Amino acid sequence: MSGEESRMEELPPEIAARVGQVWYTEETTFEIQSGHIQTSCASVENGNPIYWDEKAAERITGGPTAPLSMISVWFRRHQWAPDGVSEQMPYQIHFDLKRELDLPEAIMTHNELVFGVPVRPGDRLTARQSLASVSDPKRTKLGVGRFWVIEQEYTNQRGEQVCFESITGYGYRRHGDDD
Amino acid sequence: MTTDATLTLDRLREGDALPELAYDVSATTVVLGALASRDWRPMHHDYDFAVNRNGTRNIFLNTPNQAHWFERYVTDWSGPRGRIGRMIFRMQDSVYPDDRMVFAADVTQVETDAAGCGWATLDVRLSVDGQVKTSCEVRVALPVEADDNPWERAGDAWRPRPAA
Repeated sequence: MSGEESRMEELPPEIAARVGQVWYTEETTFEIQSGHIQTSCASVENGNPIYWDEKAAERITGGPTAPLSMISVWFRRHQWAPDGVSEQMPYQIHFDLKRELDLPEAIMTHNELVFGVPVRPGDRLTARQSLASVSDPKRTKLGVGRFWVIEQEYTNQRGEQVCFESITGYGYRRHGDDD
Repeated sequence: MTTDATLTLDRLREGDALPELAYDVSATTVVLGALASRDWRPMHHDYDFAVNRNGTRNIFLNTPNQAHWFERYVTDWSGPRGRIGRMIFRMQDSVYPDDRMVFAADVTQVETDAAGCGWATLDVRLSVDGQVKTSCEVRVALPVEADDNPWERAGDAWRPRPAA
């Protein structure tokens, strides 16, 4: 192990104790609406009739649904709100770990989405964000740091799982930054 | 896509290639995609911030909007009864205005699970000038026959993860 790796060898106990724990629970703060769904479809020229034609949606998906890949969109708050609570960082644990492990740089390397029941207009969703793992110090071409896996489970108002997400991040200190 | 004509599993073979989709990215593509996905961060709409703070050569497509581009590419091919079960992304580089992004994919697996649901696994690539910027493994459920509809599956009949 190099000097850079050995300097960060011990995972702080307050982080180690929270592996496997839910760090954040968040609920949607605005209504899921078809107009918003169509704005997203327009941005990628997605003409799938289940998002544009009520009869097609009824026939195929049992009513209107949202594109599956929009799952994170429903948790992005308004840029401004009258109560002063505005945007939070998605994947907040990623940013917490950067700060708490003193790793100034970070990238997302891997993102897995597994879809359950579809999201429909009017749904109220809940996301539970947990830290699944933090690696030992690793050297890569970017620097020296740690990989971590964050998991997020999304459920609807009936408690049905709509999505399970797993994100791998790598927080690091660039080579030479400690010199 | 204007009809609900849908691909059925029996028409697929491993190694089949999907038709390519090419799209010329503009600043509007990037900004519209960021705002449609409620991503207000400046690197997706502010050139000066992207270049002088982030060190990138321009504003760039955000990840949630890229995910929707992948979904649109797959369901354009599958038809509306195609239901995506799982997506695994690997981000390698950014996509900028004036890039011509090209989506291409191959079928890597065709199977029917224990619940009778038909699945195709696709290796999808988003490339610019022949260089892969983002790759995505997509597992999509397809009808096993003309009157089958994966969207009607729920509970134990819907198994979006492949069997171990």
